[in-house]
Amino acid sequence: MNWLPKSPKARRRLWVVAIVAPVLALAVGLSLYAMRDNVTFFFSPSETTDEDAPVGRVIRLGGLVEAGSVVHGANGEVAFAVTDNAATTRIVFHGDLPDLFREGQGVVTQGAFLPDRSFRATQVLAKHDENYMPREVADRLKSKGEWRPESDAPATGAATL
Amino acid sequence: MIVELGAFALILALVLSALQTGLAMAGRLRRSPVLAGAAEGAAIAGAVAVALAFAVLIWAFAVSDFSVSNVAANSHTDKPMLYKISGAWGSHEGSLVLWCLVLTGFGAVLARARGLPFGLKVSAIATQGALGVMFLAFTVFTSNPFVRLNPAPFQGNSLNPLLQDPALAVHPPLLYLGYVGLSVCFSLAVAALIEGRANSSFWPAWGRWIRPWALASWAFLTTGITLGAFWAYYELGWGGWWFWDPVENASFMPWLAATALLHSAVVTERRGALVGWTAFLALLAFTLSILGAFIVRSGVPTSVHAFAVDPERGMVLLAILAVASGAAFALFAWRAPQLKGGGMFAPVSREGALVLNNVFLTASCATVMLGTLYPLILEAADGATISVGPPYFALTFVPLMVAALLILPAGPLLAWKRGDLKGVGQRLALAAGLAILMALLGWMAFEPKKALSAAGIGLGAWLIFGTLAEVAERLRLFRAPFAETLRRARSLPLGAWGTTLAHAGLGVFVLGAVVETGYRVEAARALAPGQMIEAGKWAVRLDSVRVVEGPNYLAEQGRLTVTLRDGSAPTAVIAERRFFPTGGQTTTEVGLDFRGLDDVYVVLGERVRNEAGDPAWTVRVWWNPWARLIFLGPAIMALGGLLSLLDRRLRIGVSRRKRTA
Repeated sequence: MNWLPKSPKARRRLWVVAIVAPVLALAVGLSLYAMRDNVTFFFSPSETTDEDAPVGRVIRLGGLVEAGSVVHGANGEVAFAVTDNAATTRIVFHGDLPDLFREGQGVVTQGAFLPDRSFRATQVLAKHDENYMPREVADRLKSKGEWRPESDAPATGAATL
Repeated sequence: MIVELGAFALILALVLSALQTGLAMAGRLRRSPVLAGAAEGAAIAGAVAVALAFAVLIWAFAVSDFSVSNVAANSHTDKPMLYKISGAWGSHEGSLVLWCLVLTGFGAVLARARGLPFGLKVSAIATQGALGVMFLAFTVFTSNPFVRLNPAPFQGNSLNPLLQDPALAVHPPLLYLGYVGLSVCFSLAVAALIEGRANSSFWPAWGRWIRPWALASWAFLTTGITLGAFWAYYELGWGGWWFWDPVENASFMPWLAATALLHSAVVTERRGALVGWTAFLALLAFTLSILGAFIVRSGVPTSVHAFAVDPERGMVLLAILAVASGAAFALFAWRAPQLKGGGMFAPVSREGALVLNNVFLTASCATVMLGTLYPLILEAADGATISVGPPYFALTFVPLMVAALLILPAGPLLAWKRGDLKGVGQRLALAAGLAILMALLGWMAFEPKKALSAAGIGLGAWLIFGTLAEVAERLRLFRAPFAETLRRARSLPLGAWGTTLAHAGLGVFVLGAVVETGYRVEAARALAPGQMIEAGKWAVRLDSVRVVEGPNYLAEQGRLTVTLRDGSAPTAVIAERRFFPTGGQTTTEVGLDFRGLDDVYVVLGERVRNEAGDPAWTVRVWWNPWARLIFLGPAIMALGGLLSLLDRRLRIGVSRRKRTA
């Protein structure tokens, strides 16, 4: 193997590069590939247009659970509405809601739109904190001027009273 | 009065840490053992002061002194004593005091360490003191747990009920012992970069000093993360144990870096090579610890489980990160080109295998970091809010790890300097055959048929058998008389047993993770008492639901019976849904039926009406095959770490004392 450099130091460097480069290339390649398809965008109900959130694409949809909208169907199916006070989306979820799921509270769901523009959630996320307001939801409400931190159940205080 | 004593002790500790840094720096510059000794004294006194402050905080929680705002915010008189005490580190302020306690405590141990050269030790003490100053100042000025409330409320707000759990009472202390244990590696690396000599005997010794710290931190992190995962598994009631959530990744990244450090320090110790790289990893590991603290506390990445969140104070952590790590890496950039380790090495050798291990570990750590931080970067760049979910990690982290695990059994079998690949192949042939056999058996045994999961079973078996092959080789098992094998087993250093256990434990974990993820069965149904639900080969009957009263909660307690589908082998399980009136929160107590290696996991859900209109409860059942191994594996790994720590070769002070005796 006379193409190898003569000095032992350069030779060692070459070996290190030969080991590191393929692994790094693999890591970068895998990351780029995985980033393309496995990144989920977040929307609030008023942003879910047909172009941005087409039927079938997995997205995260978040907002406030509309008071009085939660309907428990048979066999663990739950339907509720999520609102950002500008638009409302109907959500169907099959499964157990998190312990902290409550009407009037912020919630983030993951799933996809059905052809009738109702949202089929595969996951309803809630944090372990009773003061939980998902940050994305809070940000969107703030940007729309609908953020009322002084009330415990923002935006639904009036509806429940 | 006692509380003021705690507040005073905390401030005293801050002053002592500053003193420790100043004295150590002066001692280093003047080469004065007197000043250095004073710095050591300050380090020990500082640790005692923080310990006192922490004891006072625990006392305030134990007696429910609600005039202390931290106690009022996180405790309640109805809480059981264990959770009153664990509440002391359940909040942002209290957990920071715990962080400081571990930081200064390890600093005190470092100050007492023998056998380190003067310059290295004093510089390390100065660095550790500077870290102490930053974190203590953060605690005292922005997060003081001893702030009083006037007037004091009659009752406290109680601790988040999800945290009222035995596993979570010990999870933070263990995790912090690991996170902050890495600070000593950080300080030793900074000291070595300052003192770093070209002479080649310095670096192997430095590798030996840093190893026990890396090893201890790694073992604590392993235990802490596993306890956290176990807690998530049985307390959240989501059926899973790892969600690739930012907060979980925050603890996982330092673990990966510590694992890499552990292995590269061996190369530095044995061959005097990879000097700069080991120092870099030591800096990186603690940097990732601080980054983890930032991720958990700032609440900036959206996480399902973040506690003690406070964005403003989280930013202070980011500032600490910038100052501490920025300075350390600047030092590294300046000094690293001048570092001269020894070390020529051939690609096929033990050190070559360890380099490959490090490359894979750091690359996988980088992909985890990218997945965790990418949403933040993107949001800062163009305002889009995204989340990176488990599929990303399954596509990036898993292949890299699989590649690393495939080569793992070969590493310990390769000789230093020049390995014999063919010989290794021969010695691993039997293990490879057994692994393939296990994969085939797995493919036949489990339904539905999944080629990837079967291959995963083969991988786990490969790790276990490959590791055992190495021990068998060392002991000349079945090839020499049994007495000879026994004699060899006794003389085998504990460190070697530790390596074996850690690697085999990893294999056990892989088996559990692969089988649980690939073959878990989930079912859900609204059940009225007397009705059944089936999941795989199991049937679960809801017998009754009654309301019970706990010390600080009300619960709907479901009594259920788990049987095989034909009704044989019944076991009673209890699943609860607890309501905590303070805070108005509901939590789930999962009913777990341990069936050999499998779990039948039962969650009692909301009260609903079934088809007939009778009261019913949503019951969710998971059959998690081999779930036991997921938590057993890391326990074996941590035990391996402990065994290695007990190895006399790693304990510098001890061996020296023994020689003089």
